[in-house]
Parts: sequence; structure tokens; C-alpha cells
Amino acid sequence: MARALELPSKPIPRRGNTFWETVATGGRLLALIVLVVAAVAFVFPLVWMLSTSLKTEGEVFAVPPIWIPAKLMWSNYPASLTYFPFFPYLTNTLIVTLPSVVGTLVSSALSAYGFARVRWPGRDVVFTLVLATLLVPTWTTLIPVYILFAKMHWVGTFLPLIIPNFLGNPFYIFLLRQFFLRQPQELFDAAVIDGSSHIGFFTRILIPLSKPAMAVVALFSFMDSWRDFFNPLIYLNDEKMYTLSIGLYNFQSQHTTDWTTLMAASLLIASPMIVLFFLTQRTFVEGITFTGIRG
Amino acid sequence: MTKNERRELIAGLGFISPWIVGFLWFNLYPVIASVYYSFTSFHVVETPQWVGLNNFQILAKDGLFWTSLVDTIYYIVGSVPLDLIAALFFAVLLNLSLPGRSILRTCYYIPTIVPTVAASILWIMLFNTHGGIINETLGLFGIPEVPWLSSPNWAMPALILLSIWGVGSAIIIFLAGLQDVPSTLYEAAQLDGAGPAHLVWHITIPMVSPVILFNGIMGMVGAAQVFAVPFIMTGGGPLNATLVYSIELFRNAFVYYKMGYASAMAWILFIFLFALTLLSMRLSQRFVHYE
Repeated sequence: MARALELPSKPIPRRGNTFWETVATGGRLLALIVLVVAAVAFVFPLVWMLSTSLKTEGEVFAVPPIWIPAKLMWSNYPASLTYFPFFPYLTNTLIVTLPSVVGTLVSSALSAYGFARVRWPGRDVVFTLVLATLLVPTWTTLIPVYILFAKMHWVGTFLPLIIPNFLGNPFYIFLLRQFFLRQPQELFDAAVIDGSSHIGFFTRILIPLSKPAMAVVALFSFMDSWRDFFNPLIYLNDEKMYTLSIGLYNFQSQHTTDWTTLMAASLLIASPMIVLFFLTQRTFVEGITFTGIRG
Repeated sequence: MTKNERRELIAGLGFISPWIVGFLWFNLYPVIASVYYSFTSFHVVETPQWVGLNNFQILAKDGLFWTSLVDTIYYIVGSVPLDLIAALFFAVLLNLSLPGRSILRTCYYIPTIVPTVAASILWIMLFNTHGGIINETLGLFGIPEVPWLSSPNWAMPALILLSIWGVGSAIIIFLAGLQDVPSTLYEAAQLDGAGPAHLVWHITIPMVSPVILFNGIMGMVGAAQVFAVPFIMTGGGPLNATLVYSIELFRNAFVYYKMGYASAMAWILFIFLFALTLLSMRLSQRFVHYE
């Protein structure tokens, strides 16, 4: 969905805010209390998810609420794996996600280079077009795209979830272009003097230098694909081909009240994202401030 | 054109060729086709039949279309300002040099990582009328049970409240903007004896106003297209109280396969969003401060 425009493209200066340092200690204490209380409220639902996943059904809506179940029902986890074909769905998710990440990286990096480092007439006008496509709502283009896929007999296959990623994503083209533009021109000039072509410079010098930006793109596109609900909902119609998200939705609509297994399954699907986030927090924050992409 | 220029042009177009194919396939062709489709009637693989303005005339009399438009406006008006204020409020506080700041920031961001389906199912449980943890907590303050998702009056407020849970990325964007505010401005105002509230109102907010506009427009664009959360949590109910525009569009396209009709709806959404964006840019001119 259209989510971003141009935002701070420069790195964030780490400047102390002298104003805030002089806010009275009492004021700062109050601020800290407010922040901690609200932070607990933000994290609480996830804690409750964990707690519920270890309860018996009878404990889920007990009054007063049960925080730590009398007996930890670890068996809810294996139950959720069989209730709902977790491993086949995981395999499907990976079949979609991994090529999508590779496709996004390759196509967006190539396109970004064409917009950043090659001089050709009309380049900046065309780049405006890249940004303009971000403003078109998904719904406007969805129906003709769906009909094309249907005529190509791609509906019901993984192809509509994978192939578009090989054709450049405007967000990541924008992000990588900004990064490529920040690299010193001398690098390129030196490479040209050494007889290097665009392809040579791109693959041997620029890409190795751009690992941080490529990491942001890989991470975000992995998460986009893993969490995608909408495209699998529209394009997959055989239950055997479901990804985790759509599989969990399907499972929920059939077993609306099996809260303990539902929470166990939800946590299993959410945990790779949460683990990934903790491992790559810095990359994350940079990526968000860079592109204005919302989660 | 010299030989060198031509070589550069070919190289440039070569590098951007993945994007060119994607643009033609997923943007240019679909935008043109969907204008045409909106004047036709057909199911997926049939040949579209030209019906002129018929789709729009039927829409004008379609009660569900108007319901979905009203529900979406309700959601936008309820969630966008609320989320914007919440995000700015937390960002200003998080910008203070406080102990544990990065852990706190993580707490606010973590919910946005959770896959939508998992988050939606979780919140169905939290909003449960009897024994749901939200009502139990409110009960501690003597507030009677609220029938959140099962009542037409409360379902939309529930979704709006839930939207606050996703302000983490807006907070991070605000934090980046706040760090760009020159500290000399604060120092100068302080010499004049301004207190913290005064500084926030007269310096912080004007200085980050472009970011407020950015987050506001992005929030509106997102809210106008909200789909997965209401689709999973309420399915548009109860009694169409949360039948947002995207759910109604989805039903017409992928449940009834009325592709021409759905295309007409998609165009109205596009024009609506375009007008909303232009309007907010225009209105903001008086308030947004650019350096």
C-alpha cells in the first residue's frame, strides 16, 4: 500500500537536547512514569498471548483473570502444530518468502543504480514517476492485475506472490538510490579510469559497500512477505498451498474458541519476526527513519 | 547524441529495466484498464460489457456503498488524529534523556512487528465481553462490561483504540524529526524564561510540523484503505458497523466477482484519497513550518 514519501534522507545527528536536560528532575520523573506505564500497556497484549498459550481452555476467560496458569500447558504447542498443518504452511511461506527477498534485492538494487549513478536524459522525470506510483492505492490497480494473473492461469499458484518482487519495489529503489548517491563520486571515477564498466563497478565496488542498506531491504522485504495476508487471501485458493498467515486465519475461522491453541500458533508465527527484530534493531530503526515505512 | 551519451542511455535503461517492466505491468496498464473497467460489467474471465455510467448510478443508490464510506470516514476521523497525538506525545517524552530510553522505545515498536493475523486474533480475545482482560481491567475501576466487538456501537471504537497499538513506526519517524530540532532554539527561549510546555508548543511542534503533516497524510492513506484488521476481527459487522470501504470493495470483487462494479469503487477511493491529500496539504500551509 502507498505508505511513504520523502523523509529525512540524511543520517540522524546524535545531538544532545540541552532543553530536555534542564527539564526539572520532577518533570522528568513524571515523564518516566508515564512512559513506563504506557510501555507496559503496549507490551502487555503479547505477554497475555504467551500466558494464554499455556492455559487450559477453562482458564482463558476466568474471573478474576489468571496471570500464571496453575499448570503450564506446554502441550498446547505440539497441539497447535497438528491442529493446523504448521510445517507444510511454513514450507509454503518459505517458498514464497525466500525468492521474494532475492528478487526484491536484485531488481531494486539494479533499478536504484540506474537512477543514481548513470546519467541519461529524462532520468529525474522517470524517478518522479517511481515516487508517484507510491501514491496510487493498491485497490486501484488490484483488479486489472488480478484479471491478468487469472488469464495467465497464475491464480492458485505462488507466482503472483513471488514474481512482482522481481520487478523492483519503489520504496526500496528509493532507499537504495539515496544510499548509492551518498557514496563518493571519486570511487566511480577511479573505477572508470581502471577500465571498469557500470556492471563491474556495481557488482565489485558498490554492492559490497552497500551491505547496510541491502540488509535493511532484505529484512523489510522478508517481513513484508512473511506477514502478508492480503495477497495470499486473494491468490491462493487451495488449502494445501496456504502460507502461515492465511493458514492461521483459516484455522481461526474454523475454531473460533480454541484460544489456547490459537495463541500458541499465533506466537509461533509471530516469534520469528520478534527474534529477527531483536537481532537487527539498529538496522530496523535506520530503515524506518530512512524511508518512512510503517510496519 | 554522442556515442558516449547513447551508451549511458542504454546502460541507464538497462539497469532500470526491472522497474520499467513492473511499472508497465503493475501500474500503467492496470490504472488505464481500471478506468475502462469501471464503465463495464463482467466477471473475471468474461469480456467486459460497456455499460457507461451504470456502475456509478447503481453505487449512488447502493446502501452498503454509503455505509462503507461512512464507516471508513468514522475510522479515519477517529484513528488518525488520535494516533498522531499519541505518537507525538510518546516521541516527545522518549526524546528526553531518560534511563532505559532504548528499552522503552523497543516496547512501543514491538507491536508493529507482529503479523496482522496473529495480532487481530489476539485482540479478539482481549476485547472479549465477559472475562476479556480489557473489561476485567476496566472493572477494577468500577466500569461495567463493554460489549466491544459484539455491539454495533462499540465495534468501531474498539478498532480505533486498537489502532494506537500500531503507532510505533510513527513514533520512530517523529523521534528522527525531533533530533533535528536545533538545541540553540531551546536555549534562546529558555533565556527568555520559557517553561517546558511553552517550549513544546512554540518550538517543538512548529519545528516538527512537516513530520506531523507527513505522518498525518500517511495515516489517512493507510486508514482509508484499512482492511485486514476489521476483516479478521469483525468481518465488517456487527450490523455493518465496521464495514469499511475495502471490505465492501473486496466483497464485490472477490466474493460476487462484480469486477466492473468493484473497479468503479476503486476509482472513487482513489479520487477520495487524492482529494483528502490535497486538502490536507492546502489546509496545512498555514501551520506547517519549513526551514
